[in-house]
Amino acid sequence: MDAPTAAAAPTTESAALAYVRTAPAAAVSPPLATAGVLAWLRERLFPNLSSSLMTIVIVLLLIWIVPPLIDFLIVNATWTGSDREACLATAERPVAGACWAFIGDRFAYLMYGSYPIAGRWRVDLFFAMLAFGTAWLLWLEAPRRDLGAVYFFAVLPVTSFVLLHGFEAIGLPVVDTALWGGFTVTIVVAAVGIVVSLPIGIVLALGRRSELPAVRLLSTLFIEFIRGVPLITVLFMASVMLPLFVPESWSPDKLLRALVGVALFSSAYMAEVVRAGLQAMPKGQYEAAHALGLSYWQTLRLIILPQALTVTIPNIVNSYIALFKDTTLVFFVGIFDFLKTIEVARADPNWATPVTSATGYVFAALVYFVCCYAMSRYATGIEKRLSTGERR
Amino acid sequence: MAGTSPAATKWDAKEFSPRYGQDFRAGANRVKIRRFKMRQIAQALCAAAVAFAAAGSVDAATLDTVKQRGVLNCGANGTLPGFGLPDSQGNWTGLDVDFCRAVAAAIFNDAAKVKFIPTTASNRFAALQTGDIDVLARNTTWTLSRDAQGLNATGVNYYDGQGFIVRKALKVNSALGLNDAAICVQQGTTTELNLADYFRANRMRLKTVTFATLDEALKAYETNRCDAFTTDASGLYGSRLKLAKADDHVVLPEIISKEPLGPFVRQGDDQWFDIVKWVHFAMLNAEELNVNQKNVEEQMKSQNPEIKRLLGTEGNFGEQLGLTKDWVYRIVKLVGNYGEVFDRNVGQGSPLKIARGLNALWTKGGIQYAPPIR
Repeated sequence: MDAPTAAAAPTTESAALAYVRTAPAAAVSPPLATAGVLAWLRERLFPNLSSSLMTIVIVLLLIWIVPPLIDFLIVNATWTGSDREACLATAERPVAGACWAFIGDRFAYLMYGSYPIAGRWRVDLFFAMLAFGTAWLLWLEAPRRDLGAVYFFAVLPVTSFVLLHGFEAIGLPVVDTALWGGFTVTIVVAAVGIVVSLPIGIVLALGRRSELPAVRLLSTLFIEFIRGVPLITVLFMASVMLPLFVPESWSPDKLLRALVGVALFSSAYMAEVVRAGLQAMPKGQYEAAHALGLSYWQTLRLIILPQALTVTIPNIVNSYIALFKDTTLVFFVGIFDFLKTIEVARADPNWATPVTSATGYVFAALVYFVCCYAMSRYATGIEKRLSTGERR
Repeated sequence: MAGTSPAATKWDAKEFSPRYGQDFRAGANRVKIRRFKMRQIAQALCAAAVAFAAAGSVDAATLDTVKQRGVLNCGANGTLPGFGLPDSQGNWTGLDVDFCRAVAAAIFNDAAKVKFIPTTASNRFAALQTGDIDVLARNTTWTLSRDAQGLNATGVNYYDGQGFIVRKALKVNSALGLNDAAICVQQGTTTELNLADYFRANRMRLKTVTFATLDEALKAYETNRCDAFTTDASGLYGSRLKLAKADDHVVLPEIISKEPLGPFVRQGDDQWFDIVKWVHFAMLNAEELNVNQKNVEEQMKSQNPEIKRLLGTEGNFGEQLGLTKDWVYRIVKLVGNYGEVFDRNVGQGSPLKIARGLNALWTKGGIQYAPPIR
């Protein structure tokens, strides 16, 4: 198009250099082997023999697993109904899928347990306040995060207690913790464990590295003793043995016992996680801080802990996720957490069908996955932000 | 001892120092007072420790404790349909649960004054012995060793035992027809042992197929790996509902083992033991005399001496137990008689539809029998 025009007006110089183009050549698409879908496939999925085999095996596995799963969970699922009849296979519907109607019917129980229906707005308000506080504290661009911290660590615990447990003086009837249950209990146990374990864990970790023998010995004893026994043992000790030693009127609330047990247990693990971070700090950091004239606490607050906690974020979150799932163990001392309410619901003869249990467990898995994955993603985000200095 | 303590020496030395003068004397007195208080506190603590140790073993009067607390603490199952299970609103339902409600009704004239505390098979007895619960109504089998170990069974509110479920198509109507049959059973349970005993005693050949959990065993039965499935009868009816076509399966009439389930109390409080025992008997007597939730008001006017004694219009039988005269009226009015409670929770009025069988009254071919109130 352009080329003949250019060639039609030669100058003496350009005649000598006739091979020089005066206009860009039309772009040619890259070879199929280096760009586009095929190249992507070749590069990512079939770069060599072993990877190709792996790809094929995984694709076959997915074909084997995913369609039946979708069939069960969505295509053949029962979405509405009022009792087991709805979820049974019939002549018109020979294959019965997941019984979501069962989850719908039992949803309130799974969330609140036996909490009195008239008072469930209190639990809702607690969830809302917790979500608000969490967002305020964790969303890094939120305004006045210092106030957020005060709200989360001082205001929220007190108001949560007043809301959930009740306070006769302001007209909120007391709800015995034996009635608490479901997701509420799971969140309460996990939140208390998560909030309490980090400060106690830091103190224990510092104690274990302390130069004062008594402090070091006590911290080490505590950590090693708690780590040396399973959580179930701690919970059993708290719930069964404790009342044997104190009179009935003195024995603390059952849920409180479990909360203390979980908090102590997670603190001991957290202490070791934090200690790993402290040990990763080079001696030079301490020496530099001392050279600047910083006191022990200033050194910790300004130099050591910010760095130590940053490097241990993956481990801290790992502990939190483990703790969140460990909350299911409180059922051994007769507290109905979320998983236990699923167990209770699936035992109900009004909903007993061949698919009820599977549906219940799938729902439990989804809920736990969403919670744990959210924690994990948030931690990844924080890590990325804090590791700016290590990226080039 | 006080004179030799380092603190005392230090203060005494200072007392003679002229610098402190009068002011210091007052200080010395304070120290003495404080030391005296310390000793008192230590003594009090020792006494308290001894008292606690004693209190741990025997709870003097459970009835008084319960009345003072204003609520009955009842150890319940929480996961067994028909016996103890919260419904979709979180309200507890079940035969054992209603038994606790009956005890509360007799004491407080309010069936809602019960706190249900879920217990597991492993912590139930500890919960009872530590005083966490006042009554254990959790489908617990009455055995000699449990009676001997600081507990008291108060009666049998459900005669359970091992039964079988088979496909209707098999056309077997008695467990004796199961010769050579493959039977699905949960591993390592007394169920498995009872099964072997029963087959040996009846000279039948047995082919057991064992599984780690009950659900697996049921699944295997459903997929035709066995001809029959066995577990305790109370659970058998619930299991049947988990089958895709429950109506194609039938529970055989034979019960091959003894599992008498009943409420338990701590040993050492006879008054409380009597109350819990007689609440069950009262519910049985009410059924026997046809006193139920609907007609209890009319029956209050009855001239039948047995009913008059039962409902407290004659005599002071409730007061002899430490309750009120109208204790049975309260139970029947607020909870119902045994037959009603049975029907509502496990019988024809429930999804389980368990036949009365052994749990029928002695007058109707069962073995539920209560001593008379007189």
